[in-house]
Amino acid sequence: MRVALFVTCLADQFYPGVSEATVKVLRRLGVEVSFDPAQTCCGQPAFNTGYREEARLVAARNLDLFANADADYIVSPSGSCTSMMRVFYRELFEHDPLRSAQAQAMAGRVFEFSEFVVKVLKVDDVGARFAHRVAYHDSCHLLRELGVAEEPRRLLRAVRDAELVELDDNRLCCGFGGTFAVKFPEVSAAMGADKIKAAAAIGAEYLVAGDSGCLMHLAGLIHRQGAKIKTIHLAEVLASH
Amino acid sequence: MDEAVGVESNQIHELGKRVMGNARLAEAYRSSTLRLYDHRRQAIAEVPGFEALRERARALKREVITHLDYYLEQFAASVERRGGKVHWAVDAREACALVIALARECGAKEVVKAKSMVSEEIELNHALETAGIRPVESDLGEYILQLANERPAHIVAPAIHKTRGDVADLFERHVDPHRAEEPEELTAVARQALRTVFAEAGMGVSGANFAVAETGTIVTVENEGNIRFSTTAPRVHVALVGIEKLIPRFQDLAVFLRLLGRSGTGQKLTSYTSILTGPRRLGEDGPDEMHVILIDNGRTRALADEKMREALYCIRCGACLNACPVYRKIGGHAYGWVYSGPIGALITPELAGLKQARELPFASSLCGACREVCPVKINIPDLLLHLRAQAQETAAATKPPGSPVREHTAMRLWAWLMTSSRRYAWSARWARIGQHLVARSGWIRSSRFFPLSAWTRDRDLPALAPRSFRQRWKDLESEEKDT
Repeated sequence: MRVALFVTCLADQFYPGVSEATVKVLRRLGVEVSFDPAQTCCGQPAFNTGYREEARLVAARNLDLFANADADYIVSPSGSCTSMMRVFYRELFEHDPLRSAQAQAMAGRVFEFSEFVVKVLKVDDVGARFAHRVAYHDSCHLLRELGVAEEPRRLLRAVRDAELVELDDNRLCCGFGGTFAVKFPEVSAAMGADKIKAAAAIGAEYLVAGDSGCLMHLAGLIHRQGAKIKTIHLAEVLASH
Repeated sequence: MDEAVGVESNQIHELGKRVMGNARLAEAYRSSTLRLYDHRRQAIAEVPGFEALRERARALKREVITHLDYYLEQFAASVERRGGKVHWAVDAREACALVIALARECGAKEVVKAKSMVSEEIELNHALETAGIRPVESDLGEYILQLANERPAHIVAPAIHKTRGDVADLFERHVDPHRAEEPEELTAVARQALRTVFAEAGMGVSGANFAVAETGTIVTVENEGNIRFSTTAPRVHVALVGIEKLIPRFQDLAVFLRLLGRSGTGQKLTSYTSILTGPRRLGEDGPDEMHVILIDNGRTRALADEKMREALYCIRCGACLNACPVYRKIGGHAYGWVYSGPIGALITPELAGLKQARELPFASSLCGACREVCPVKINIPDLLLHLRAQAQETAAATKPPGSPVREHTAMRLWAWLMTSSRRYAWSARWARIGQHLVARSGWIRSSRFFPLSAWTRDRDLPALAPRSFRQRWKDLESEEKDT
């Protein structure tokens, strides 16, 4: 099985370890992974801020890029970028029949990492070991646009020596929200602080999530506060031995 | 286009910070919204097929909103057939003028009011006072706000932000100098003051939770009994009805009443459900006259936008406010008008004008918690995104403080960089060189320039990794070949 990776610009530039972990886990499961360095961003910053023309330019480029990719699936270690490509590309191009058809085709091929492993590869146990108490944070796009909540938890439960604990009100947003984080910085930070408090309250050592955006926001708050809890991407937990 | 007055929605940033900086207010919002949110969750768990009920309600609302002309005519004819009188108001000014004219006609110096969001929207109290008619709010929450001279902070619980102490202060100052402290005592003070008004007011003004096209019926739900009192004791009853309030048939109430109480307060049914069809008939109780004022006030404009008209499905249960992490932090008044929370961020721009409320659609992390609880399944995040695009077209963003360029210019530049992997890699290279100036041990802690300045206000930013994934990919490829 061949997979074309969409690493996301955040993981590419800030968290290359997340992308590497994604590659590592997929390869371990016998998947042939390709990466096309022509890729950049999914277009979400412009789309979420209301600049649809700019978002279309970037999205159209991705549609062409992945239409030509010699792969069975497109996999991304981000619920948010996957939502953009699966759900919102169709909306962006609803008045453009050609692009719309491309977006439709992409929607059937693009998967978020954890959902791909569990739903497509039908694997729960990827052979990882991570001796820590971890809380899984549901990132909103992954949870509500893609409906993925159980898959990451199944993967985490199968990790040796890891203890999965649930956050109080685990469906609550962490406050990242893309450009929301800088448009309403006080609100965004206050929401993130609540999430960190909730994780500390149950004694979690790590906050695990499937989106680098949430993790960057939470890690930044934790670092500023000097709090003890750490953040980690699900792919990195699954790549650990 | 006409724009509503007194809309402060673009000050949401400043207004929101006021709440976050006030521990007492912040706690009032937090605890009250969480309580209502939790009550809803428990209430819907008891209903098998709640999801199907939501789908049914949505389909009914879609039917009404897409054929509103038909249902409005049917409703008006039904009201008149039962002896009621129908009036049409294009905007707030016309609606207020109609109420004033009706009050003068029946010689009412005092008007008793039931809780009604549309009356807040048209600023009826202000108009009545200017005309020399005294409005008295009879809903406890609204009564408190009238004394405090404030707008509702929540669609269902207008005084959600007031603590017991706040109410005691207000009552002591305005109603009864003998200070009451306990909720029972405070309620008794309000009840005492309102009884005389109920008995003497010449006219009662209410809103409507639902207006049934088939029968011309006005339906109101409440817990205090004040709406029933206001609509039956005075000689004249005037119902203010936003034109989106219609439902097709009487039997459809079975769907909506099961959803409304549970979604709003977690009640199976509210304590009172009043079903008002026409004025009193011979030998029965009720008002001699019943008037229905159908109010547009921007709703047909929303209707014209095929995408945005979905916001008109709203039945004003307030569930999206309670679920919204942003509303919980900044409170209702931050939204700068009468409707707050996620639904307020949709209908304020629709009704009051996008220019005056262009910041509202951005006041959301787009988490989707609102859509999850909406009894008519309005796709709120999607409509917010749609409004954001409209906002950028009709009322361009100003330059954020500390930003070298306007937002649109920055986004154009961003799109230019992102449409070429060469430009993308090149800009990343320069960013890596540039960050040496600001990053210390892997973190950027402050900046004068937007958006870094906003990001680093309360949190640090990790520096870019020394090498990007694309730079490391070559090694990963050869690793694969070696194994």
